[in-house]
Amino acid sequence: MSTIEERVKKIIIEQLGVKEEEVKPEASFENDLGADSLDTVELVMALEEEFETEIPDEEAEKIKTVQSAIDYVTNHAND
Amino acid sequence: MTTSMQGQVALVTGASRGIGKAIALQLAEQGVTVIGTATTEKGADAISGYLSGKGEGIALNVTQEDSINAALKHIDETYGQLDILVNNAGVTKDNLLMRMKDEEWDTVMDTNLKSVYRLSKGVMRGMMKRRSGRIINISSVVGTTGNPGQANYCAAKAGLVGFTKALAKEIAARGITVNCVSPGFIDTDMTKSLTEDQKQAIFANIPASRLGQPEEIAAAVVFLASPGAAYITGETIHVNGGMAMV
Repeated sequence: MSTIEERVKKIIIEQLGVKEEEVKPEASFENDLGADSLDTVELVMALEEEFETEIPDEEAEKIKTVQSAIDYVTNHAND
Repeated sequence: MTTSMQGQVALVTGASRGIGKAIALQLAEQGVTVIGTATTEKGADAISGYLSGKGEGIALNVTQEDSINAALKHIDETYGQLDILVNNAGVTKDNLLMRMKDEEWDTVMDTNLKSVYRLSKGVMRGMMKRRSGRIINISSVVGTTGNPGQANYCAAKAGLVGFTKALAKEIAARGITVNCVSPGFIDTDMTKSLTEDQKQAIFANIPASRLGQPEEIAAAVVFLASPGAAYITGETIHVNGGMAMV
């Protein structure tokens, strides 16, 4: 079983079409990984599905970096 | 590119009669499974009846968020996908602005404009994931030209055009198109409520010298829903017998 961090990174790589080495904890989706605002919305959708959780809009807006995504899922995931 | 619409699933609001019914029937003819909505169970049954196995009618109040959520859940569970959304449901509550009640304004805005926001938002996730989808909003010529006694209706119908353009830009890169079809004066129950004086004034301005038929609106909708229209987005197709050329 992969760790949450690995699963989150895998989704980021798939959704944003970036290389594994680019997905550093501090990397910003929009500033460093080339995502636009809609890409970020889709990324949150993908995280919701992978971790079977619903991320409220006000929380989703705070997920802007790799680490913030990992932190959110770590604190809220069902599994 | 496939040219068939066979196997696709469409939701058409306000499908018990008039333009919505014509749209539902023509989509069904293309092999599309059609879910048509009506405000009452009786209307829904009538839709199931005329679709005769090529889809179903369901009761939906487009002004109620719960009702919309239930309808979309039903579609997701029953059909597993939604390829085409046709926002057709609409009402008129005509009055001169000086006499217009808040209730008349709000009813028209909720039914004709807010419902489109809600439904489009509701289908977005599925369409984004599949990287394809068609949203077709039924506007009206009076949203472009204005019409006395219909400030509420004209505002809502013009609002749809702006909504369509904004959403089209947001999601074009995901393979989803958003367009309007803008009917002129069409032979439906809605135009039957016009007074004789209103009709005469309108006829004088229609080069085709006749009312349009619901099927002539449906044909434009089917085109926009078809694979061949994949590069058209944010557009409004006016179907009005030459009444307004914009």
